[in-house]
Amino acid sequence: MSLAISMEIKNNVLCIRLSGELDHHTADELREQATKALESENVRHIVLNLEELSFMDSSGLGVILGRYKQIKQLHGEMIVCAISAPVKRLFDMSGLFKIVRLEPTEEYALERLGA
Amino acid sequence: MMKNEMNLQFSALSQNESFARVTVAAFIAQLDPTMDELTEIKTVISEAVTNAIIHGYEGSPDGMVYISVLMEEGKVDIVIRDEGMGISDVEEARQPLYTSKPELERSGMGFTIMENFMDEVEVRSEPGFGTEIRLKKHLTKSKALCN
Repeated sequence: MSLAISMEIKNNVLCIRLSGELDHHTADELREQATKALESENVRHIVLNLEELSFMDSSGLGVILGRYKQIKQLHGEMIVCAISAPVKRLFDMSGLFKIVRLEPTEEYALERLGA
Repeated sequence: MMKNEMNLQFSALSQNESFARVTVAAFIAQLDPTMDELTEIKTVISEAVTNAIIHGYEGSPDGMVYISVLMEEGKVDIVIRDEGMGISDVEEARQPLYTSKPELERSGMGFTIMENFMDEVEVRSEPGFGTEIRLKKHLTKSKALCN
């Protein structure tokens, strides 16, 4: 099983929806696609929807942290939503929630960003 | 339960990370683990195999990764081994958030996750010869049976 990445820009928010497994192998593809979108489109914030993500490891934490740094340089924010219990455990362990906000759904996340 | 063992070896290619964790999980499923335990085991296999590929062999696909799993009395004993470059300072490598490859956006959480998800983590490494990670875990259902 691999990773399916879907991206959509709503106002100035890049919504990234992941489905499948995010590991070292699939992280490269996500990094490439997200970076391209951040560089070519008028994007201010990122909403990362993990509702359909069935597996993640520390490579996923790395690529998410990398995108957080990118959006921070644009003075934007990153919100993660619809996260499963196992993925949340990894976020808690790494302290990522100190810098990335969590919302229950994509709608709430977009509302938070005023998009 | 009698002793049950399996060995796996495969090329150090990133597409094999998923193969490795799914295969080990399928083998351990015989012990009827909880969903959480299965996720934990899949995650630590992913961490150790990724370390072997990225750090042990530095992305060279010629290397081989070796996994052996032993199940005995509700206890799982996993060894992940590579014949790569090894780790010169294991203590440093095990520190949370430490990574030797920040340019690759590594989170430095691999060993921390292994320590959190398993009962025992032992790392043996010799620079120039390779690294062996030994992970041990008691499964809860089996613990209950023993009591």
